[in-house]
Order: sequence, then C-alpha cells, then structure tokens
Amino acid sequence: MSDAAIGRPQAAGGAPAYADDVTRAFMVMSIFWGVVGFTVGLVIALQMVFPALNLDLEWTTFGRLRPLHTSAVIFAFGGTALIGTSLHIVQRTCRARLFGGAPLGWFVFFGYQFFILIAATGYVLGITQSKEYAEPEWYADLWLTIVWVAYLVAFMGTIFKREEPHIYVANWFLLGFILTIAVLHIVNNTAIPVSLFGAKSYSAYAGVQDAMIQWWYGHNAVGFFLTAGFLGMMYYIIPKQADRPVYSYRLSIVHFWALVFLYIWAGPHHLHYTALPDWAQTLGMVFSIMLWMPSWGGMINGIMTLAGAWDKLRTDPGLRFSVTAVGFYGMSTFEGPVMSIKAVNALSHYTDWTIGHVHSGALGWVGFIVFGTLYYLVPVLWRRERVYSTRLVAWHFWIATLGIVLYITAMWVSGIMQGLMWRAYDELGFLQYSFVETVVAMRPFYAIRAIGGLLYVCGSLIMAYNLWRTIRGDVASEATGVPALAAARA
Amino acid sequence: MPTKIEKDEITGRETTGHEWDGVRELNTPLPKWWVNLFWVTIVWAVGYMVVYPSLPWVTGWFGYWSRAELTRSLEEQRGQRAGFVARIETADLAQIRADAELLNFALAGGRQVFADNCAPCHGAGGAGAVGYPNLADDDWLWGGGLADIHATIRYGIRNADTNSRISQMPRYGVDGILKADEIGKDADHVLSLSGAVAASPSTAAGATLYAEHCVACHGGAGEGNQELGAPRLNDRIWLYGGDRASVVKSIANARAGAMPAWEERLDAATIKMLTVYVHALGGGK
Repeated sequence: MSDAAIGRPQAAGGAPAYADDVTRAFMVMSIFWGVVGFTVGLVIALQMVFPALNLDLEWTTFGRLRPLHTSAVIFAFGGTALIGTSLHIVQRTCRARLFGGAPLGWFVFFGYQFFILIAATGYVLGITQSKEYAEPEWYADLWLTIVWVAYLVAFMGTIFKREEPHIYVANWFLLGFILTIAVLHIVNNTAIPVSLFGAKSYSAYAGVQDAMIQWWYGHNAVGFFLTAGFLGMMYYIIPKQADRPVYSYRLSIVHFWALVFLYIWAGPHHLHYTALPDWAQTLGMVFSIMLWMPSWGGMINGIMTLAGAWDKLRTDPGLRFSVTAVGFYGMSTFEGPVMSIKAVNALSHYTDWTIGHVHSGALGWVGFIVFGTLYYLVPVLWRRERVYSTRLVAWHFWIATLGIVLYITAMWVSGIMQGLMWRAYDELGFLQYSFVETVVAMRPFYAIRAIGGLLYVCGSLIMAYNLWRTIRGDVASEATGVPALAAARA
Repeated sequence: MPTKIEKDEITGRETTGHEWDGVRELNTPLPKWWVNLFWVTIVWAVGYMVVYPSLPWVTGWFGYWSRAELTRSLEEQRGQRAGFVARIETADLAQIRADAELLNFALAGGRQVFADNCAPCHGAGGAGAVGYPNLADDDWLWGGGLADIHATIRYGIRNADTNSRISQMPRYGVDGILKADEIGKDADHVLSLSGAVAASPSTAAGATLYAEHCVACHGGAGEGNQELGAPRLNDRIWLYGGDRASVVKSIANARAGAMPAWEERLDAATIKMLTVYVHALGGGK
C-alpha cells in the first residue's frame, strides 16, 4: 500500500495534520458498542424463546432491553462508526484539518458517548418517552442537540475551508445526513418537561399528529441515518478498497437528489390502515414506490465501482464485506417499497416480517458496511500494513453471513405465517387461531433467529480480537497469496 | 474546473477530472434501464394518486375509503355467521346443547372467544393456574350447571357490576380474629378434611376453631357452598395451593379472586356460545 493509498498525510505535498486521534477513538468505541449491542440483541432474542431469561427483574425485561438493543446498534455502534468515519472522510477529501481541530472533535466524541450513556441508563431504569428510536427523555435530547450542532459545525467548517475545488459525493450524503437528523431530532422530540428535576415530559403533539410526526422521524432515521449516512461511508470506502474510480458521477448526482427529496415523504407507510387519513397513507405509499430506483442508484454505483477489480473480492475479505453490504442494501430497498404497498402491508404489518426486513438492512447493510470500513480504516489510522489476520476476516465474513441468512429467513417464514394465521377464518366464519396459538407456532423460528444472532455476535468477537491485534501491531504468520480463498475452502 | 480528464483503461470511460484523496469518478451515463424503471414508478405513482385519495377531502376516482372497506369486510364475516347467530340468540342454553348443528357452531365460536379472552388467566384449554380456577374439571366454585356458568360469565365475580357474584371471607390473621397458632391449628384441621394430614392434637384443636368460624360457609365436612362461592375443602383441589403454608396464608389474609363482567364486552349470543364451550370443557353439570 502506498502512502497515498492509506491516506497518510504527505509531508512533501504539505497535507495538513489530520485529527486522527479523534477518529481512532470513534473506531474503538464503535467496535465496543457493536459487541454490546449485538449481545443485548441476542439476549432478547433468547428471551422470546425462553421467557424465564428476563430473570423476573424489571431492569432486564424485554420491554427495557429492546430499546437498549436498538439504540445500541443504531446510535452507539452505527452512529459512532458513522461520525468517526465522516470526520476521516471530510478531512481527507477536503484536504483540510478538522474545523475546530482536535478540541472540537473530542467534544463531539465525548459528548456523543455521554449521550449514549445517559440514554442507555434511562432505558434500563424505565425512563422513556415511548417513541420508537427516540426513547430518550428531554434531558438526553437536549444534550444530543448540543453535541449534534457541534458535529455539524466541525463538518461544515471543514468543507468551508477545503483545499479541493469540488465537494466529494460522500460529503453530500454525510451533510444531508447530519442536517436532516438535526431537524428530525428537534421536531420529534419537542416536549414539555413535567418538572425541572424530573425525567418525565409530555410530547408537544397528540393523537394522530403525534403518530405522524413520530413515523416521519422514524422512517427518516432509516432514510438519513441508516441510508444516506452509510452511503456516504460507502462512497469513500469502496473506491478506496477496490482502488477504482466511482462508476458514475451522473448517477451519484441524480440518485442523491432523488433520494433526499423522496425519502422525507415516505413515513406514512408505517401507519397504513390506522387513524391516519387515507390521502396521507397514499402519499406514503407512492413515495415509497418511487424510492426504489433512487435507492438502487447507490447500489449500482457501489457494485459497479468494482468493474475491473472483481478479483479483489477473493483476496480482500474486507472489500467482500462492503460489497455484500451493498447487495443487502439493494435487497432491503426493494423489499421496503414492496412492503409499503397497502395490500402487502395488510399482511406484513405488525408481524416478524418487519423485524426480518429491518435486520436485513441493519445486519446486512449497516453492519457489513461498518465492518468493511473498520477492516480498511483501522490499519490506515494506526499506520499498519494490513489487518492482523486476513483469514480471521474471512471467518468473520462467513459466520456473519450465515447468521444473517438464518435470521432473515426465519423471520420471513415466521412473519408471513403469523400474518396468515391472524387473518384465517374457519368454515363457520370464526377466526381460526387465537393470538397465543400464533406465538406457539412462531417459537421454533425464534430459536432459529437466536442462532443466527449468536453467529453474528461470534463474528463480531472475532473482529474485535483481530482489530485489537492489528492495533497492537501484530501480523499473523499466515500463508500470503490468497489467504481468503484458503479460509473460504476450509 | 476539471483539470485532468483521463481515460480509464478498463472501462474505456473518461473520468470527470476531479480527484479527492486518490478517489476519482467515471463519467458513465445513467443506465437506461434505471432511468426507465424510475419513470415507470413515477407514472404509476401519479396514476395511483388520481384513482385513490391523495388530497384532503378528495377520494379519487375509485371513491375509496378505508373505513368503508373495513366495515364491508366486517359485515361480510358477520353475514357468514348471521344465520346461526340468530338461532343462538333465540334458543336457550339447553336447546343449544341438544341441537347438534347449533352445538357445533357454539363450540367453534366459544373456542375462539375463550382463547382470546379467557385463556390469559384460565389457560389454553381451561387448565387454570394458581389463583385461576381449572375449568376442565368437575370442581366448581359458583356452580357448574349451564345457568351457573352463564351467570358467572355475564356478571363476573367481585366486580362493580350490580349482579356480580360477591362473597368475602374474613381476614382471620390480618384483622386479628385468630392468633397465629390458632390459624396453624385451623389449617391442620382443614388439611385433615381431605385426609392430607392424619388426626392429631392440633387438628382436634383446629376442629373447634373450624366449627366456630368456618363451618357456616364451608360446611361441617368441608363440602363447600356454591351459593357463596365457598370452595370445597375436602377434595384435595386447591386454588391457592394445598401445602400448610399456603393454607395458613389463605386463612390469615383471605383470598378474593375477581373476574370481569363479560356482558360489558361480549354480546349475548357470544356469551351463550362461551357458556356452552366452558360447560363442555370437561366438568359441566
């Protein structure tokens, strides 16, 4: 790897000293939160099979651990990786040191980690405003707003003082992510605290308006946090790993603007067949359908960037993670519009199908693109030749992929079965199944899902070990040449 | 401004001439199939918005209204059951049991209603749990005849309904009616009624207390009284556990299991079906 390829500031070119210590801290915490978040997910998956695992303690019941799991993977694992990577990308592609320098970077780092801490402790203690993916109460929301504005200032400031004439596509997506998340966060969390020293607050919205605001937020957390943000990550990491130019500049422009324009309207599809007026449901559905191609624009640009470098998939399992991530992204952004169609939604909504859909996006797209990024960025940031063991990366890849396949297929079968059981009538006109009968029928699939989750956790532990050895500077003595292929055969 | 447009050897495409940290971009045109499919979804979306409601107060060409669709769907299912339901409404409980067709319908309907409303406490199949009576045996607190079960379901037990079944055992320990050692002796006597413990000085002492405090409701031999919902004590069937500690606790604190008046939530025909179903679970009198 040349100096340029690993992004080392070049003394001769007068490249600025990047605030890499901050980025390194983000990477380490992302690995940590990943393992924590996946493990909590495994625990609650097992609780669905063996309810006694809630230990009969209020702090460890499903209702409290579930938001702990979702927030730990989305905001702690994904968010920490995303913010860290974005600071790396914006400095490199602008050829400018982070605006505000290391102090502002450290404020964002510690501020964000502190937010995670106060949010997580709140969940376990039962403090929640009961809004999905926005559970933290007002005090945590206010703190996150301050941190987020600091992040926006650092990011935008770096773009303003850039040395490159143009702004790279990854930065469009990242800025879109930061700005929109700021707006979503503030609007959905507008609430009036009951008292200055109490955790409880009441939302500014009520009834169906509250539901609409919540799912405008919830869907765009998916659209701008989990999609636009990680697309920004993808637009930098894949060309770097493949060492190839981005497939199409024009496609990146068109799909960027189409994506950000269309996504923001699609939220009502979470409220089909509810008190939400029909016309709003229609809007949510048609905008979701129109989102199909803009979403796939990112997939095309990601995968086609490999044109001429497909052979690297055999030798670089890190790249394999990134490309498989884009594949999962394509799959779930096709599944999403299908599920938004009212006739399909009538069957799929409230069932495990939704859980399977979310996890093909979370485990497949977000998880894998972060793994691909970590396997690329950790050696770059710690100035290592390569990761400790390519063979372990390949093991991680196959174990995690198998885990996702088990997870998603179990949830498809379980969810569709559940939906069909709910709507089945017997020949006399009575509902064929009671709720508890559907739960009994789903139990074997819950077990398969938990096995899938266990594999995913195991994979993340392998990664944590591998990257820890990489950071220490160790290099495994494994056959050079095509180690990944050998591992794949084993 | 683009500075160094190059030709990519592998694809033959030109780059845009920009470069960031070594990353360049190709000037590949938009894929045709992608653009076409995008247009298809847009045209479809516009078409859908014309025929379905897409503005406030405008229903679209199809005049669709999801509330109307729901109502129609419910009517359809109701219509399928209507013939039998009308017969159930007019028939009395004995007639339903005697008519094979009606009985079949009532058991099917009762099963479904039971599973969604009763099973959470009484268990799937009515097997019961601690504090929630088993409905599949022939031991009944408030009577196991069709009329008894019907009344229990309609009005419930120990609730605010004016017709609710009501009774309350005194709290012998909490309210200081009996001393702790007296309660123990009483419990020994209660356990001896079913032969669970052998006669002893303690059971003899307990018998005196029992005769004074318990016999009015539970009967001299512990045969119970369904008029008062006073459980039978000589059959080794225990709602709150039959070990000594549980019996002591029952005497000291008294128990007062409650059940909602289902008349407030289920219609008359449904309650009849549910009655016939529960009656048929195993122990109907």
